[in-house]
Amino acid sequence: MSIRALLAAAAVALVLAAPASGGGTPPGKLAAYGYHLYGEYCLACHGGNAAGRQHEPAYAAGASPGRIQDRQAGIAPSLHGVGALAADFYLRTGYMPLPHVGVQPRRGRVLLDERQIRALVAYVATFGGPPIPKPHPERGNLSQGLNLFTEHCSGCHQVVAQGGYVTGALPPPLEDATDVQIAEAVRIGPYVMPKFTTKDLSAHQLDSIIAYVDYTKHPSHPGGWPLGYLGPVPEGLVTWFLAAVALLGVCVVIGKRLTS
Amino acid sequence: MSRGAPVTRRAVRWLDQRSGAAPFLRKTLRYLFPDHWSFLLGEVALYAFAVLVATGIYLTFFFVDSTKEITYHGAYVPLQGQRMSEAYASVVNISLTVKAGLLIRQTHHWAANVFIAAIVLHLFRVFFTGAYRKPRGLTYALGVTMLMLSLLEAYMGYSLVDDLLSGMGLIIGYSVGLSLPFVGANLMSWLFHGPYPGQDVFWPRMYIAHVFLFPLLIGTLLVAHLVLVAMKHHTQFRRRKAQTEHAIVGVPTWPGQTPRSVGLALATAGVLFLLGGLVEINPIWLWGPYHTYSSTNGAQPDWYLGWLIGGLRLVPSFDFTIGSYTVVPNAFWGGAAFPLVVFGFLYFWPWIERRITGDDAFHNLLERPRDNPLRTGIGVGMVSWVVLVFLAGGSDRVYVLFGITYTSQIWVYRVLVFVLPPVLGWLAWWWCRELQRSERVEAERHEAEAEARLARLRHGSEPPGDPGAVET
Amino acid sequence: MSRVRDTLVAAALLAVGRRRPRPAPEAERIVPERSPNTGAETAAILLLAVGALFAVAFVVVYAVDSLPNHTQLLGASLGLSLLSIAASLILVGKKLVVTEELVEEYPPPEHPHEQELIGEVMEESGSRFTRAGLFKLGLLGAGGTLGLALLTPAVSFGPLFRITYYFGTPWRKGRRLVDDKGTPYKASDIEADNFYTAFPEAIPEPDKEEEGAPLILVRLPRSLLRLPPELQGYDADGIVAYSKICTHAGCAISMYRAPLFQPDEPRPALVCPCHYSTFDPADGGSVLFGPAGRKLPMLPLEIDAKGYLRAKGNFDGAVGPSWWGVRMRRPNP
Repeated sequence: MSIRALLAAAAVALVLAAPASGGGTPPGKLAAYGYHLYGEYCLACHGGNAAGRQHEPAYAAGASPGRIQDRQAGIAPSLHGVGALAADFYLRTGYMPLPHVGVQPRRGRVLLDERQIRALVAYVATFGGPPIPKPHPERGNLSQGLNLFTEHCSGCHQVVAQGGYVTGALPPPLEDATDVQIAEAVRIGPYVMPKFTTKDLSAHQLDSIIAYVDYTKHPSHPGGWPLGYLGPVPEGLVTWFLAAVALLGVCVVIGKRLTS
Repeated sequence: MSRGAPVTRRAVRWLDQRSGAAPFLRKTLRYLFPDHWSFLLGEVALYAFAVLVATGIYLTFFFVDSTKEITYHGAYVPLQGQRMSEAYASVVNISLTVKAGLLIRQTHHWAANVFIAAIVLHLFRVFFTGAYRKPRGLTYALGVTMLMLSLLEAYMGYSLVDDLLSGMGLIIGYSVGLSLPFVGANLMSWLFHGPYPGQDVFWPRMYIAHVFLFPLLIGTLLVAHLVLVAMKHHTQFRRRKAQTEHAIVGVPTWPGQTPRSVGLALATAGVLFLLGGLVEINPIWLWGPYHTYSSTNGAQPDWYLGWLIGGLRLVPSFDFTIGSYTVVPNAFWGGAAFPLVVFGFLYFWPWIERRITGDDAFHNLLERPRDNPLRTGIGVGMVSWVVLVFLAGGSDRVYVLFGITYTSQIWVYRVLVFVLPPVLGWLAWWWCRELQRSERVEAERHEAEAEARLARLRHGSEPPGDPGAVET
Repeated sequence: MSRVRDTLVAAALLAVGRRRPRPAPEAERIVPERSPNTGAETAAILLLAVGALFAVAFVVVYAVDSLPNHTQLLGASLGLSLLSIAASLILVGKKLVVTEELVEEYPPPEHPHEQELIGEVMEESGSRFTRAGLFKLGLLGAGGTLGLALLTPAVSFGPLFRITYYFGTPWRKGRRLVDDKGTPYKASDIEADNFYTAFPEAIPEPDKEEEGAPLILVRLPRSLLRLPPELQGYDADGIVAYSKICTHAGCAISMYRAPLFQPDEPRPALVCPCHYSTFDPADGGSVLFGPAGRKLPMLPLEIDAKGYLRAKGNFDGAVGPSWWGVRMRRPNP
């Protein structure tokens, strides 16, 4: 389902659902604008009053049935209590709006401009929940960060944060993740990622993890061309397509060929 | 020879008087090397091995073969204060503190990758030209054995480092050993001194195997391999009329071959040192230390074991059990049975071929791949089988890069590994026959044209052209 | 003295670069004469000089610590030095030394006469034996047993037959679960949608590297939990504990697929990053996908009066990768 179709559906849904939503226009100019944008972009899936559409089959939102693994029923979660933190994360990474219901949100083009994002964040924040975090990676400890990252994150994201695979989903590489986004994602656990509360990871531990992830964006590579920090796969490619080709070339220069 | 004779002559005299080696030296200097580029692939492997030994000896002066847990206080900040084995700490130290240590370590690792690649290329040449046929069956079997030993040797080499990636590789190897029917658990308990990770003695054991036992074995087989090659002389392609099953045409060791071979040796070392300095390989400080309870996504073995991770991933979920007895644990199929079949094929192919063709004769002349469609077809089938399984091992990365879901790729590969090799083998067989046919047509055309020209010459209907053109 | 002088003369000759042409009668030559190729010769000498320069550069780079990209400069100088000399030698081989293509007979495929002689020597050497068969048997027996005897010390490597090791785990009834710092877990520490690594409590420190030690802990909503009858009561208030070591190839299971929005996303699963064996934590660890041939061993849990998590017994099956006896019995209680 294309974005345009989704928008059309959203517009229809807005007309139908708006009168039913009890919340109405929130106080504050920014949040009010956010309310308007919510109707335009989010309402079709997250429902009136941001209460979610959790017990409806997905084809109600246009997804073809049977397409998604282990389908139960539901279109989108409620946004009550997710707070500015989650809204900020999903909008600034381009995770939302989704191209269609039931797929993993992927980093992509951010559809909204800065003012629109702030407005939507303000609107979602009116339903309660945590504010946008302010991480301080400079206070973190790099070594502790690597240790925690190995314990909690590297299974999916790869130890140098180059991304990986988990059955049914793709943990993304973290090269484009900003400090704030990392802090947000850790607390949210988007898609199938685990969710870490402050009891699981203190603010200081989180700072260390962010410091480490920032380090992985430009790790030291005293050995030369780093080959994407992926290890054996690109090394094998270099072995065959660089070293072996070069040495075959030398052999051909030295030796005769059958047709010459 | 009196005083004042050139230095070389005096040196030869000196040596001969003390060893009687002059006849042998003279023969060696005039030993003939048939000239073809593909005969140099084995040499590349030999020189890579020399680089491995040289760089490896250097590394032993700094490596610590101990799994004793220590706390790192070295120069690399992200590891400071971490608990790790002495082995891992020593390699981090070689990489980041010892001057030129990283160059030597990286060159050692690149040399291993290139060594095995060169052996494989050499094996392809030997296989697809029938060089393994009588009287070189033993030479060939030694070569295949060296390939197998080299895989184990290289695997132990990167396992010794004890970084996160290598630890995961080691426990997978242990699991494959454990999965051997009837004896696996006993064998692994014996090697590791108890179940994984075993006792501390395992690390020195693996170390001495890597730096002494296996290099000694490979070195000995290498010498035997080369002696056998020299005793039976090289094979040759039929490039000239003088090249027959009984007469060899080639360039003598001296002066023709020596500068080329030494040049190739230096070129091999040059490429390896360039890679060692310019392209980062196995940046173990980034992977962090290994613990049984930690792991990372995207862990892959070095390329030459990539076919095994593919095999391990492709096998569907089942253990073959009778009652409570587990006859074949799952990891056996991809990790042990698969390579055993491949190496079994390599060992027995010469015998199988003799059974099929009934050709029991001695051969010094090589066949081109097209000259023997059956062998080429079967070889292409085997190679494509291994390559497909190898590619299956990279499905997760393909998903990350191209978005084709992992599960669907695995199912496609599960079918392809059985369907594609026979198809490709048949295609290769068919193509060889087509090439042969077109060559025959070409030869007939040449013959007819030459005849026609000769006839025209005889009848004087045309002024004689370039006489050279007639002869060809 | 004379040797020294000769060496000096030879060095001087080399330095001058061109030897006095030695007039030799054509008939005596072994290596045929060819005309000089001064262009190639100059190039070869220049390449050698370049190689020497790069070799010097390597030493200089090694000595100067302050250079950036030290390893790259070292590798480049050494590599280029080797490649320059290689190029020089290949040039010499291709263009300068006389390349003869000689013909020679292959050695005979076999030597029947020699084979015959060796056989004869072998056979005739035993003429004084009257019971040759028995002697050979004795030789074989003695050699074989001696060989075995010499191999015997290798048995000390490790226990060949103590299979019980594989059923040992450090878990016992009542043992508390601690994190990697040694802090005991309370049931309330374990939150939904996250995973935790736990070890058995021990003083001073548990052996965390032992395969039987590490656990992966998750809390599932009661509605999702559907443990089979024999595993009823293994969970503690929805908290389930499994061995962290994959039953396929022994890697640590370090991925927990924890859907944020249950209706729309793949259900919770424990995944091993090596070969993507995927286990269902809700039904006792059965295999959902991937090569593992055996379910993940589950550890029964209980919550003590102070709220700490404790083992209620040992795993329901042997931990670690599969082997021939892995299904024969449970770990020691």
